[in-house]
Amino acid sequence: MASDTMIPVETTTPRNTTLGKVRTHPTQNEGLIFEKSSPGKRAVRLAPLDVPEVDAEALLGDAFRVDAAPLPEVSEIEIIRHFTRLSTWNYAIDLGMYPLGSCTMKYNPRVNEFVARLEGIAEAHPYQPESLAQGSLEVVRELEQCLIEITGMDAITLQPAAGAHGEFTGILLVRAYHESRGNARRKVIVPDSAHGTNPATAAICGYEVQNLKSNSLGMVDVAELERIVDEDTAALMLTNPSTIGVFESEIHKIAEVLHAKGALLYMDGANMNALVGKARPGDFGVDVMHLNLHKTFSTPHGGGGPGSGPVACKAILEPFLPTPVLARRSDGMLGWNHDRPQSVGRVRAFYGNYGMFVRALAYILANGPDGLRQTTEDAVLNANYIRSSLEDLYELPYTTASMHEVVFSDRRQAARGVKTGDIAKRIIDYGFHPFTVSFPMIVSGALMIEPTESESKEELDLFIDAMRAIAHEAEKTPELVKNAPHSTRVSRLDEATAARKPILRWRPTAG
Amino acid sequence: MRYLPKSPAERAVMLERIGVRTADELFHVIPEEYRLKRDLKIPRQMGESEIIEYFRNAAAQNGSGYASFLGAGCYRHYRPVVIDSIVQRGEFLTSYTPYQAEITQGTLQAIFEFQTMICELTGMDVANASMYDGSTGASEAVLMAARITGRSHSVVAATVHPEYREVMATASQHRGLPSTTVGYDAETGRVNLDLLQAAITDDTACVLVQSPNFFGVVEDIPAIAAIAHAKGALLIVSIAEAVSLGVVRPPVEADIVSLEAQSFGVAMSYGGPFCGVIATKEKFIRQMPGRLAGQTQDADGNRGFVLTLATREQHIRREKATSNICTNQALVALMATVFLTVYGKDGLREVAVQNLAKAEFARTTLTAQSGAEALFGASPRFNEFVLVTEEPVAVMQARLLEQKILGGVDLSRWYPELGHATLWCATELNTRAQMEAAATTLAAREAVEA
Repeated sequence: MASDTMIPVETTTPRNTTLGKVRTHPTQNEGLIFEKSSPGKRAVRLAPLDVPEVDAEALLGDAFRVDAAPLPEVSEIEIIRHFTRLSTWNYAIDLGMYPLGSCTMKYNPRVNEFVARLEGIAEAHPYQPESLAQGSLEVVRELEQCLIEITGMDAITLQPAAGAHGEFTGILLVRAYHESRGNARRKVIVPDSAHGTNPATAAICGYEVQNLKSNSLGMVDVAELERIVDEDTAALMLTNPSTIGVFESEIHKIAEVLHAKGALLYMDGANMNALVGKARPGDFGVDVMHLNLHKTFSTPHGGGGPGSGPVACKAILEPFLPTPVLARRSDGMLGWNHDRPQSVGRVRAFYGNYGMFVRALAYILANGPDGLRQTTEDAVLNANYIRSSLEDLYELPYTTASMHEVVFSDRRQAARGVKTGDIAKRIIDYGFHPFTVSFPMIVSGALMIEPTESESKEELDLFIDAMRAIAHEAEKTPELVKNAPHSTRVSRLDEATAARKPILRWRPTAG
Repeated sequence: MRYLPKSPAERAVMLERIGVRTADELFHVIPEEYRLKRDLKIPRQMGESEIIEYFRNAAAQNGSGYASFLGAGCYRHYRPVVIDSIVQRGEFLTSYTPYQAEITQGTLQAIFEFQTMICELTGMDVANASMYDGSTGASEAVLMAARITGRSHSVVAATVHPEYREVMATASQHRGLPSTTVGYDAETGRVNLDLLQAAITDDTACVLVQSPNFFGVVEDIPAIAAIAHAKGALLIVSIAEAVSLGVVRPPVEADIVSLEAQSFGVAMSYGGPFCGVIATKEKFIRQMPGRLAGQTQDADGNRGFVLTLATREQHIRREKATSNICTNQALVALMATVFLTVYGKDGLREVAVQNLAKAEFARTTLTAQSGAEALFGASPRFNEFVLVTEEPVAVMQARLLEQKILGGVDLSRWYPELGHATLWCATELNTRAQMEAAATTLAAREAVEA
């Protein structure tokens, strides 16, 4: 049971004291790598040239580079220390709970990294003959089949490089489908709770964005949807569960309303971690959707990428998938089929972020059907446990049942001048990465918390203790929260100056 | 279920707190008819040893021990061991986009260093934190040029990677952005400057060339820039082989450079993940897509870094954003940063010169055989060249494969006018023995025929 008494709420700087899960310890200072550079130091020795030397200047003529780029000159130990020191300034899943809502910061299994680096996998060239790439292609095939089964769809492309790229691909499919029926249609409907990528995507595919206001439960207002869907509607882009972590229980009606007017249902699969093994979008009326392998399927977030955004669709959209598509030939060999006259075209060079396919498949194999189902149940269990443990102190703007994430509002704390962003900064002092701040926009001062399945009860309890302690701090010592964090290497950074007078690269100081 | 950190007893305590009997009850908000009541039809749960065995088998099916002369947008360079040591640190691997600057200074400073190195290499003023890859980066660069100039038309050299051109066509098809492809000079393999001049109109936003181009030939950037700029169009230079920047003059006349950084220490991995990056002149910063790290100070005057200029992005601007891109390739950009730090100023020059020497020797050796000649011989090149053979490509490739040699990429799919043409690449990792073996195999054709 989380206790409110075990946290010393008066502590400002927890130096040498234990505050929940953390205690301060020194971190190394480290300048920019350029500031460590000194002419003549080096970290590389090439094998001697086994062919005759060439005169580069003579070969290249005017195209010869006279001045070498002033890259840093350092030794190997300095490189290791430099980047290791930088790494210690980061928070990461490997250090603790990272409840960044909508990002699904789950554990990244190490066997994934190991198999992605096997020589025959990591060193495969995209243009090596298909006869010498059957292993790589079998991995693609197996992952495609698993994802088709998990989503309940009929066909898939793994080519998109990330979620937003998948959205773009998915809406291209929608457009190609409508065009093939003689009319591309004019608008795409996007709920006001959607990720910003949704309207941006619709716009770059040449669609007008029509905003759909959520109802009082934070869900799609089906009556309003029915009113605005017409023969000009190409699709609805729906996140399900929604960005407030709620399953759209009228999903079947939503699909019916769209289909009755010939429009399609696009699902943003950002929150698929709430559904895997428990419900399949293909079964509840979704026509096309993307997945984020870096969310649901455990490929590492890596400080911002790489992602991977496969797009799964119903058979009606299959002819339009990006080229090439994987096909099994009559002789049993796998190969890429480029002859796809109705295709929307290619969305990325080669075949997508293949290294991420390997990791995602390794994750699926490590789980199996029972493991994936338990994973989803645990993700939803964790979110609801947090909700039950905090709803007396933080306001729930929507009391609808939560799935994999819970969204609170800062309304009570804001009355004391403490905003969601302040609470986020304060929880850093307690040893956690903050939740997602101020999103979705339909909630004023949102705290969007997605624990994922990767957290133990012990870690969740520490998080709950910390959030409860901060709620008390907001009452008793609001300045403590508003000036947080107090224990990090740097205090709050001046973002305004950074944007007004951008310094986006290092330059040597004169002299 | 070795990734799940809860015992059945702990789950029971949590369910009790929530007030439900089973976890399944939490899913009752999903209408009953849509709940999956069976196991997914996917392979059963495997132990770690089985998973490794599965992928080892896949790797083995790929064939191994081949000498490869494949390039064409994906290059085999040596990857120093420290790259993977560093990027596998959990603090880099398992962190996310550095929204909370106070606890992501490591990622932010590394991005700032990456941006700086890209500027130094390309001769541009600013670079972003990375793009998905070179193909999507080039496509975003064209859209950026359209925003800057208020014009809609683009002129693209036929010697830009064919798959990059396909991606651009897909990306711009619904935005009212027409494009004209300009052919190459049959002698030089460079973009035909007369055709280029003729293709540019008053509505041309940009000229896009690749250098070294798809044939490995370095374009005459100053001449192309002069033609583009004379008509008010921007010049975008796409660079697919980044190591070339160690010895090839940077395209300083360009307005936008779109670089694929895979050559900087990124595994080929059957084509991805790679690392695109866009660099540009200072005056165009606010039209640049992608994340940017900027230097600033904290309240105590300490240097620190933040994501900045976010007002261009989708989470703020929604349908008016410069791009819908959300993620970047941060971990891959970190690989490139470590690579460039390891090689450094002199090392990058040395490895680039080695590539020149290897490709020159490969070209000379292969064309010493009768029935094989190199195209565009008088133009400056980096580490690739086009070989035209009397023998049909498929026949030649089959004979090379028997000797465990992967010959050049067949160009007929994209450039049928070149006949029996293949694109060969030789990097610092190709040995003299491999080149001589390839030449011997080519020559053996005569022995067979004679």
